[in-house]
Amino acid sequence: MADFDTLKINPLFEIPALEKGAMKDLSPFVAAPNHQEDLGFPGELVDDWQTKAIEKFGELLKKSRALRVYMDGCVKCGACTDKCHYFLGTADPINMPVARQDLLRKIYRRYFTFAGKYFPKLVGAEDLTREVLDEWYSYYHQCSQCRRCSVFCPYGLDTAEISMAAREIMDHVGKGQKYCNEILGKVHKIGNNLGLPEPALIDTLEGLEEDIEEETGVEVKLPVNQKGADILLVTPSADFFAEPHVDGLIGYAKVFHQAGVSWTLSSYASEAANFAMFIGSYEQMKKVAERIRKAAEDLAVKRIIFGECGHAWRVAYSFMNTLAGPFDFLDPAYPVPQHICEFTLDLIEKGELNLDKSANDHMTLTFHDSCNVARGSRMGPTPGGQFEIPRAIVRAVCNNFVDMAADTIHESTFCCGGGGGLLTDDLMEIRVKGASPRMTALQEVVEEHGVTHMVAICAICKSQFSKVMPKYGIGMDRIVSLHQLVSNAIILDGQIGTEPDEETETDTSEDVATA
Amino acid sequence: MLSTIFAVLFYLATAIFVVGLAYRIRLYATTPAPLKIPTTPAPVTRSGVVARLFREVAFFESLFNSNKWTWLFGWVFHFAMLLVVLRHLRYFTEPVWFWVNWVQPFGKYAGFAMLAGLLALWGRRFLVERVRYISGPSDHLMLVLLIGIAGSGLMMKYVAHTDIVALKAFSLGLIHFNWQPLPADPVLLVHLGLVLVLAFVFPFSKLLHAPGVFFSPSRNQVDNPREKRHLAPWAAALDGDRSQGGSE
Repeated sequence: MADFDTLKINPLFEIPALEKGAMKDLSPFVAAPNHQEDLGFPGELVDDWQTKAIEKFGELLKKSRALRVYMDGCVKCGACTDKCHYFLGTADPINMPVARQDLLRKIYRRYFTFAGKYFPKLVGAEDLTREVLDEWYSYYHQCSQCRRCSVFCPYGLDTAEISMAAREIMDHVGKGQKYCNEILGKVHKIGNNLGLPEPALIDTLEGLEEDIEEETGVEVKLPVNQKGADILLVTPSADFFAEPHVDGLIGYAKVFHQAGVSWTLSSYASEAANFAMFIGSYEQMKKVAERIRKAAEDLAVKRIIFGECGHAWRVAYSFMNTLAGPFDFLDPAYPVPQHICEFTLDLIEKGELNLDKSANDHMTLTFHDSCNVARGSRMGPTPGGQFEIPRAIVRAVCNNFVDMAADTIHESTFCCGGGGGLLTDDLMEIRVKGASPRMTALQEVVEEHGVTHMVAICAICKSQFSKVMPKYGIGMDRIVSLHQLVSNAIILDGQIGTEPDEETETDTSEDVATA
Repeated sequence: MLSTIFAVLFYLATAIFVVGLAYRIRLYATTPAPLKIPTTPAPVTRSGVVARLFREVAFFESLFNSNKWTWLFGWVFHFAMLLVVLRHLRYFTEPVWFWVNWVQPFGKYAGFAMLAGLLALWGRRFLVERVRYISGPSDHLMLVLLIGIAGSGLMMKYVAHTDIVALKAFSLGLIHFNWQPLPADPVLLVHLGLVLVLAFVFPFSKLLHAPGVFFSPSRNQVDNPREKRHLAPWAAALDGDRSQGGSE
């Protein structure tokens, strides 16, 4: 872990000269045997791992058209080479998307193509050796599966799919990643990533209810396991305790309260996150998604709404109907599932929320599009709603909003640097370096428009930013939840005082860069 | 003797090209896509997807957004090549289709644009460090092959004319199984030889990007996962008796 503590913000879009091998020594902790076995994977690297890996690879090629087409389709045009935040932040050439893909492609060519079997040198085919496996383990855990490269590829080749396949192969030969696999074990056993059991969850929620009542004088409930409620809220477990996530959860509760709907959390499905997507396992992803279906059935709800979480929303929006559907037992009048932003904006547009924008006047905000929301999902009925709906909410609850540079937002957004199963301390170096393009874009609006805070709608983004922003000289409290802003602005019926009470963030003079 | 060798090679190359490509396309078409993974924002209707693919294939939309130089060189090369190929239909049709005659004046000069595009693309592989790093022997050789084809073609058009009447008799003879002699012009033989190599390697090389783009799930899927349950056959088996809904 070298000198990345003293990173400077680089001028935007200065593409670095290659530094070969710059990140080759960074790998995440390997999953312990019990983490592996909990998911049905071999505990440690199996003896005949080469054979097993090729077998699994062959199986995935038959099961996934994306993998098959993406293995064949690359022409090495170079369009993606300057698009990955990890490449821009590390200069390691293998962090160029095409080079990352080639780690798997060279094995594909050697074992599955005519050219690679008979002319390996010509087409860059290689035998699967221990060195290759180590390279896979290192560099496929330096990809946050953010899909930015896929946007710019003329064939839409998606490195995320390839890194998911590589991780799936590694899991099946006994070389899984500790962070993701341990967490998935907790979800299967307890119901959430944190391993927070029901009594602790109830206790936490009661604490929040007290906080809200103290602040507003209004009895806002955060119900759990309430059978017969209309809405099941599924939210990332980080919302239960982490900052600024929890302020977002308070925001959802206030919105539900004001809308007068009955809602509930579930302790059985107390997690929106689905880390199985990161490890590319359809079976694991299905198993986690089925918990949500079961909770919805058991609690006899009519609708499912997801809280602020990026990859969770991709799994929910794009995959949940496939994995755990059909959801024909829910009210067909509502999309399944809905995003909390869709729900909130609808109320705002109907004029059902009493909002005092000035409550957020001490902030000038910019919005960070989370990669999985931006490039892997949608909100609302029209394409691009995932960009417009959250911004419409920000504008409805704040007076001061500025977007970052056009080539760093919407579908061109830069990953926070911590997505895709990389949000772990053992990968801190790549997390900090990978955040650099986003930090650069943020710095620009800080200097030009006096932006003080950045809003996100993803639990991973929020955790990642509060950890890495200080490395760039930006205060960790400068990342906020979208529904935290809603919470600040909303005036509940019967709320005490004319101005919402500001407990934090009252210092308007402090510049974000000098924090 | 020469004519026979070339005739046999042409039949062989055509067979390998057609069968190889058909096999590959069948493989792409029959491999299931288990999840909805369009790169969003994506079209919400099938006709929207057709429009998206058309923009990709006709204008190289994503490449345009990525890198203007690569886009310029790549687009010029591909569309000049299209014109050149269409112009070449005159050597395989009798009477020549009327619209092929329309293409003729453009196709004649498109050869230069094609060559220029190829040379510029090749130049990037030496001059841009990142592109140099990702270029393998096959990437260079493929460009050399295409440059050879374009160069030898231009030679015959503008420097040393070949006996085009005899050549057309040869190619029509191939089609109608009424074999005619091939003019023994060295430039022509180089030109045809390289075209044969291209046809042979096409189904085994990165040239598969041509059919592949139509099968790329990130580009060809409709963004409607909430409205319509998407389910691959192998994944339906995991559902037990709950399974219903269709796969696209």
